[in-house]
Amino acid sequence: MDLSVRIGGLTLKNPFMSASGCFGYGVEYADLIDLSSLGAVVVKGLFLAERPGHPPPRIVETPAGMLNAIGLQGIGVHRFVREKMPELVARRATVIVNVCGTTIDEYVEVTRILSDVEGVAAIELNISCPNIKEGGISFGCDLENTRRVVSAVRRATSLPLIPKLTPNVTSVSSFAKAAEDAGADAVSLVNTFLAMAIDVETRRPRLSNVMGGLSGPAIRPIAVRMVYECACRVGIPVIGMGGIASAADVLEFLIAGATAVQVGTANFVDPFIWGKLDAGVRDYMARHGIERLSDLTGTVDLPGEKRA
Amino acid sequence: MPVDVDAEILSSTRLSDDYSVVAFRAPELARTIRPGQFVMIRAAAGDTPLLRRPYSVFERLRRADGEVVGFSILNKRVGVGSRLIADAPAGSRLACLGPLGRPFSPPPADSEAWMVAGGTGLAPFATLGEDLAAAGIPNRLFYGARTGAELFCVDRFETGGRRVTLATEDGTAGDRGRVTVPLARELAARPATQAVTIYACGPEAMLEAVAALAASHGRACEVATERRMGCGMGGCYSCVIRVRTADGGTRYVRSCLEGPVFRAADIVWDERRP
Repeated sequence: MDLSVRIGGLTLKNPFMSASGCFGYGVEYADLIDLSSLGAVVVKGLFLAERPGHPPPRIVETPAGMLNAIGLQGIGVHRFVREKMPELVARRATVIVNVCGTTIDEYVEVTRILSDVEGVAAIELNISCPNIKEGGISFGCDLENTRRVVSAVRRATSLPLIPKLTPNVTSVSSFAKAAEDAGADAVSLVNTFLAMAIDVETRRPRLSNVMGGLSGPAIRPIAVRMVYECACRVGIPVIGMGGIASAADVLEFLIAGATAVQVGTANFVDPFIWGKLDAGVRDYMARHGIERLSDLTGTVDLPGEKRA
Repeated sequence: MPVDVDAEILSSTRLSDDYSVVAFRAPELARTIRPGQFVMIRAAAGDTPLLRRPYSVFERLRRADGEVVGFSILNKRVGVGSRLIADAPAGSRLACLGPLGRPFSPPPADSEAWMVAGGTGLAPFATLGEDLAAAGIPNRLFYGARTGAELFCVDRFETGGRRVTLATEDGTAGDRGRVTVPLARELAARPATQAVTIYACGPEAMLEAVAALAASHGRACEVATERRMGCGMGGCYSCVIRVRTADGGTRYVRSCLEGPVFRAADIVWDERRP
């Protein structure tokens, strides 16, 4: 059985990746699971400098999901390269680094630094974090800004480049297309949905940052729809995410058009989920006589009048 | 190394309308538990509630021959998750991930250990008290609650000659007021030449007050914090607490990895409390 998938020039042994911001820097899980068994470890978003993040409370649970406003607390790219990469390399993880910036120059600089580091397999460009005032989503909610930042980073690296898209726009597929036109090798989606929860007794927001990003099974059907729309619109691979918590969820995203998937919130609930996803997907392939998992991508069986 | 086990509930003992002790069979998890560590418990299968809940370990459960076969938690019904755990019948199973986090450190030689508990903050002191007693370290417990009816398992701690000092806000048992009332009195009465190490667990306002008392009397103090957690593994950065750094600054650290036990003097207490 072949579970490998191709993202740009990169071949992953399977389509299962950790979602950025939901897996620390990967090393936190190194003693618990075999990091090399994941298709890729996507680490927490990195700016040039360290960032303190938002005050707590940073999360709140909601029906079938959760809001977070971590504020991209992080150690900065230099400390990551020095302190975390050696262990990730030693554990033979395929490392994709999520790159953040408040300016185009910062995105370019962080990417340049990482491009010279042995073991970095690809760059995921975070133009979609809903929780910071500058950068992030301000690039991801404007088509022209998306083109500019993707083009600039494209010129700075030969690594596979994967802009991560926000769902907080009218047409995600327009942004996928803009990213493709600007030279992206793939797109990943969706980041979280901007949301809010209020304690009615105190009338205070439940998060210190007032608003946060909604993730978890609650968003899954919207994410599947957006992955489907993007896969219909672009020729580059789509990496799907949004509430994936089982092998059936993985398969749903693949059939909708995803080439690979990321798992975020479900890893909080079950850090051993990876082996279960792998076993479940293999069982499905056996039952359906599928030899190569990549053959499943984009095979949704639409009613006649809906077929392209 | 934490393990994830589908742990059978051996018993669920109601202490009051809100409080219960829930005992789990989980030998491979319980064997390595150290005082102050916690377990992430999934209150139910399915999507709501979604996240596991962090629980400080209460007791180690032992067979007649002393072999550790499980652990218990001190549960208070406060939300959806804790209600489901309180109502889960004996014989049912819940996913338990642990043990997690940094435990209490032992007191230095020749130091007594004073444990200070508020409400469900009593939990980590069953195992700490057990280990201190086994090591021959003199120890005592200060235990506070709103009212006498919410002081639980006191006789469990009054073993081996351990002194237990109570306080209730309504004065129905022990001193009237917070647990810091008897603690302040006993600290003041203690000669400076006799070493004391303080261990505290409870609401953060209490921890802050205990930390201030310890500092004013020049006593070492460790506190077990209870921040809102997402994963318990260091993956989500939700459970942060602000601590002082060596260079004189402050930073957020994950209480699941660098805590939940901290040196009280390291914590910056000015955050809005979750």
